[in-house]
Amino acid sequence: MANPKYKEALDRYERHLTEISTQEMVLNMGPQHPSTHGVLRLKLITDGEIVKEVVPHLGYLHRCFDKHAESLNYGKTIPFTDRLDYLASMNNSHAFVMGVERMLGLDSKIPKRIEYIRVLVCELNRIASHLIAIGTYGIDIGATTPFLWCFRDREHIMNMLEWASGSRMLYNYIWVGGLFYDLPVGFEVRCAEFINYFKPKLIELDEILTQNQIFISRTANIGILPADVAINYGVSGPMLRASGIKWDLRRIDGYSVYPEIDFEIPVGKGAMGSIGDCWDRYKVRVDEVHESVRIVEQCLERLQKDFKRTADFDPRALVPKKVNLKAQDYYVRAENPKGELGFYFVTKEKSDIPLRVKSRGPSFNNLSVISELGKGVLIADLIAILGSIDIVLGEVDR
Amino acid sequence: MTFEEIKLKLVSRFGDSVILKEEVTGLQAALFVHVEDLVPVCSFLRDTEGLYFDFLSNITAVDYEDHFTIVYHLSSLPYQHTVVLKVELEGNRSLDELPEIPSVTSIWRTADWHEREAFDLMGIYFSGHPDLRRILLPDDWEGYPLRKDYQEAEKYHGININ
Repeated sequence: MANPKYKEALDRYERHLTEISTQEMVLNMGPQHPSTHGVLRLKLITDGEIVKEVVPHLGYLHRCFDKHAESLNYGKTIPFTDRLDYLASMNNSHAFVMGVERMLGLDSKIPKRIEYIRVLVCELNRIASHLIAIGTYGIDIGATTPFLWCFRDREHIMNMLEWASGSRMLYNYIWVGGLFYDLPVGFEVRCAEFINYFKPKLIELDEILTQNQIFISRTANIGILPADVAINYGVSGPMLRASGIKWDLRRIDGYSVYPEIDFEIPVGKGAMGSIGDCWDRYKVRVDEVHESVRIVEQCLERLQKDFKRTADFDPRALVPKKVNLKAQDYYVRAENPKGELGFYFVTKEKSDIPLRVKSRGPSFNNLSVISELGKGVLIADLIAILGSIDIVLGEVDR
Repeated sequence: MTFEEIKLKLVSRFGDSVILKEEVTGLQAALFVHVEDLVPVCSFLRDTEGLYFDFLSNITAVDYEDHFTIVYHLSSLPYQHTVVLKVELEGNRSLDELPEIPSVTSIWRTADWHEREAFDLMGIYFSGHPDLRRILLPDDWEGYPLRKDYQEAEKYHGININ
């Protein structure tokens, strides 16, 4: 690169690393570190046990989502969206599909049964994603048992979604204009059985982790994120709600059939320490699992009563053979388990391949606040803070 | 607040010339502002009562081949309204002279990583950015892959990548 202006920041950064004082040390955490939840590298400038500065290095899992989406048509991009936040594939493809449907003007024509199935599988996936967040957070801090319990329960959800879509984690189930298949016969009954099994397990989980004194000591009053800082950094989802802001796009935008469903939006109350600490972020996720269970129950009830399976029901009836859009742009956002997932489409005239697709990953924005939260904390607390952010590197690097 | 009201507020503060053009054909209306007005307009949008666009959702750089467009998606948590700002930049394709636009990092910290990503993948230079390094690609990567005229490299450090 010829123009030195574009290397200035890099030079400044490298100079900064060499100019640290003698008692300070540069420490690499990751990319192969179990507590970074994937291939994230944090460069820490430490003074003994105290972290002076955190510099995140991303991109180890960059798979060029934006570039791929520019060369594939909309239907073919859906499997790629599954791989963004691979713990909540259903939610990703739901957001993407919603954007394309709105541009097509199809969103009001989608049958209610399809919308309820979408919400059902998305909420199941949200529970699965939060179970991972809760379980791995436990193991970050040193509690092994909740991790095993969470993975055991999550496996039931994985099996159910595999039954519906044919794949365990990356589903490609929600299509533009419909679904891959209708739910398999008996799904509703099995799902209801799972909910009955799962509810007592949630209470057990609460007893072992939420009320655990060691867990509270490690998380309460650690990594306090004030609401104004959270908003300024574009933090969204459970992390923003833990800072006391009632902001849930399922309610704000009221997309799909969420306006017809009754659920609460849990926010951080600072019950064990201050509002916006690690414990609050953990607790908001636990509460959200409870709410998602409620949503799943309501969806099951509607699917079994009002929008029953009929012999002539075709989930692909509205799936367009070719997505023909006029030139326009549209930003769609949806509430993912991690926060606001957005897709920005710029379409070309008479083409089913977009000119530009930009994905706004919630983890990407939530992670950016780590440099702020990680200033002056102990290295052990940095692990607790990072775990409470709940990142998925597939979405940070895209 | 509706799109028209937001537009009126901007015009009453900065005059008619602030809005270069508007785009109301699509699903989301957008306002085009001049690159020099960007930072004052953004501060105004964030700090004015009735607007309070405190949440920057997304920054995208789009390559339209003859020019680049930087798109800002703003939303307001207290009022729950959104607005789209667009800035058009000349389509300078030279790798030595990237299109330049002032950074809005001082207004929303979200912009920090989003602008680094736009610099990394699209080659837009955000002047005044505190730390404009590449974010997703390696520091010594050459070229800007999301540009339409990007030629894929054959090798990277002697390794075939094609």
